[in-house]
Amino acid sequence: MTDTPTSGLSNVETTVLGADEIILNMGPQHPSTHGVLRVKLKLDGERVVDSECIIGYLHRGVEKIAEHRSYQQFAPYVDRMDYVAAVSNGLGYCEAVEKLLGAEAPPRARVVRTILTELQRIASHLLWLGTHALDIGALTPVFYCFREREEILKIFEKYCGARLTTHAFRIGGLQYETYDGLEADVKRFCDDFTHRIDEYETLLTENRIWVGRTKGVGILSAADAIALGVTGPVLRASGVKWDLRKAMPYAAYADYQFDIPTRETGDTYDRYIVRMQEMRQSQRICLQAIENIPSGPIMAKVGKVLKPPPGEVYHSIEAPKGELGYYIVSDGTTQAYRVRVRPPSFINLQAFDKMARGSLVADVVAIIGTIDIVLGEVDR
Amino acid sequence: MGHLIPPSILPYVLPVIYGVVIVAVLPLMAGYIVLLERKVMADMQARLGPMRVGPHGLLQPIADAVKLLLKEDIIPEKADKLMFWIAPLVSVTMALVAYSAMPFGPAFQIADLNVGLLFILAVSSLGIYGIVLGGWASNSHYSLLGALRSAAQLVSYETAAGLGLVSALLLAGSLSLKEIVQAQYDQGEWFVFSVPIGFFIYLVGSIAETNRAPFDLPEAESELVAGYMTEYSGFRWSLYFLAEYANMIIVAGIATTLFLGGWLRPFPHFSDHLPGTSVEIMDGLPAMVFLGVALYCFWLAPKQPVKIQKIVMATVGGLCIALAGTMVAALFGPEGVRLGVYGGFWFMVKVMGYLYAFLWVRFTFPRYRFDQLMRLGWRFLIPLALVNLIAVATAKVASQEWGWYPRITMILATIFTLGVALWLASRDAKQEPAVEAAGGD
Repeated sequence: MTDTPTSGLSNVETTVLGADEIILNMGPQHPSTHGVLRVKLKLDGERVVDSECIIGYLHRGVEKIAEHRSYQQFAPYVDRMDYVAAVSNGLGYCEAVEKLLGAEAPPRARVVRTILTELQRIASHLLWLGTHALDIGALTPVFYCFREREEILKIFEKYCGARLTTHAFRIGGLQYETYDGLEADVKRFCDDFTHRIDEYETLLTENRIWVGRTKGVGILSAADAIALGVTGPVLRASGVKWDLRKAMPYAAYADYQFDIPTRETGDTYDRYIVRMQEMRQSQRICLQAIENIPSGPIMAKVGKVLKPPPGEVYHSIEAPKGELGYYIVSDGTTQAYRVRVRPPSFINLQAFDKMARGSLVADVVAIIGTIDIVLGEVDR
Repeated sequence: MGHLIPPSILPYVLPVIYGVVIVAVLPLMAGYIVLLERKVMADMQARLGPMRVGPHGLLQPIADAVKLLLKEDIIPEKADKLMFWIAPLVSVTMALVAYSAMPFGPAFQIADLNVGLLFILAVSSLGIYGIVLGGWASNSHYSLLGALRSAAQLVSYETAAGLGLVSALLLAGSLSLKEIVQAQYDQGEWFVFSVPIGFFIYLVGSIAETNRAPFDLPEAESELVAGYMTEYSGFRWSLYFLAEYANMIIVAGIATTLFLGGWLRPFPHFSDHLPGTSVEIMDGLPAMVFLGVALYCFWLAPKQPVKIQKIVMATVGGLCIALAGTMVAALFGPEGVRLGVYGGFWFMVKVMGYLYAFLWVRFTFPRYRFDQLMRLGWRFLIPLALVNLIAVATAKVASQEWGWYPRITMILATIFTLGVALWLASRDAKQEPAVEAAGGD
């Protein structure tokens, strides 16, 4: 609130509460900027004339750290980028290093990875749904979402001992064998989840206020989405059928049947529908995967000290928020020469200004929510 | 009371006592409504709510109050100090003054004004000055936006709510709150059954007037942090809070008086007596209910896992027995005491029921956007309220002048208004995209 006219009585002669534009700083401490995003809004009344996202409040130099850690040592760090979808981050990194090494995880490891990653997608989308609904003013769904997310976190905890920043996978496969009853736990969760997600939809999908608050808000056309490099559910809601799990299958996705939900308009409501359907598809993948987890080793022979041959590799996966890519340059030593992460949140956030311009202040929080950003990943 | 105080000054003393009681009890009541709100919210959200301070969180409001009083009182440097200081006082004073005309029972009323309803409406809407001044004096954009929203919202929804009230006034034929209740007694039904649409309009209007979700835009947490209260802290903040909850009780009181029969019990004309006594069956009901709850508590008490919870359950049961005893004793006491106790009981039951509807709505619906809120007010509620008013007036003329059966005319009027409501809603649904394309309104 620096460069704006003051409205105190003492200044009443010199400044009038005019009809000119005011500048509103949203964040970095604000209830609905999902962390430490700062949005500078230029407002005409309540209408957004211009907006600017200011990031970097959570910058921890993750990419630089990678240059001073061995490949295995860096693996836990990637969990701290998108900390609500740590398993997906780990999968992307491990597969990228495996590609660099020319190794491949054994089939059993790949199936377990798929199951956990899909559970993580559901957990991430649940967190998004709860907070997004909370931003729009529906106070209750967040608790229902956390109740189900808790079940997923319990499965993670049973599997690897950690709930949030799991470090579930290792380069070359898995460190831990699955626990007895993983299949039963996942099946129980998936069976319950059908009713749960129906419950959320009864609260929101046809609610007049919800539809009013989301339909036609933050429209992003397919052309704009592609031009801005937007990926994930945001892209698919604009009508582009692009999902890396189908386009460039990794882990064990090629073996399973699932659909890629898309919508046409690219507004907030469409993104909501796409994510809801994605949760159902993830549940479908989990149910198929637990049917038949192949037996065999869980670790490929990659050796204790990883020394990838000099070269570079780019590997990307479909994280819950979009395309998560790792570009790794190896100089033949035990430490990476350079690791560059392509975080989906960061790229998707570019579309914010396009979506927000011309909307109202209330829409701004809906739009921040609908992009589904995690600042840990934006700032790294 | 008559024995202690000379009858000549009683008319002056009694209102003062009532006033002191209201001012003393209201903050406590507001605190416990907050606790109730949190417990209801917890229940709807599959959790427990406050459990730490006192058994089942029963002392939480007191802990909150102490915390708020001890907090640092921050006045922003660039704020307008005087206005910043006055604004919460305006809000809370106006909210409290409005209670002076509110009949909590046939006897418990500070002043029975012949324009009581107008007085309450006028005074409670003055509270908006506190919000607008506070938002402006804070010198913060969030506060300013919140205050502006609040003013616009109040103007729009006061109109609709007022028109909703008028439909009940037509039936009552008086602005005195006592006479409105008496009219419901005489006509043999609560006005909510005669003019349900008027009640609905008032319900929506009153939620919006008190800035409650889904119309809580002036303090929309996810957008404006805390709206007009953003820069307030400690005691001043709690004054705003008190004003908000006091206003909630006022609108609930108005709705109770005008639509839900005020202090009348259900079926006031049903006067069968309990066998062998002079007690009417309906008057025996509250005591029975309390007794039932007490027995349930005693039945639950041994099953509680922890000793303290056993004690709490038993205490709650004991309290219910005591309440039941009071209700029974009042039955056999003087007429004035009986009317006071039972009137107060039914009034509070109805107020609480109305407030529960507030909470229920709050935890179910997302928040409206500002333009949608205005559209709902001006394009749906106000036209509907006008049509409803004309329909009710016509129905009254039909029954009084042309001798039609009153109940039938009322039902016809309601059906007609419902049709109009559906038409308005469908028209809105059709036009919404067009308005959106034009950039809202």
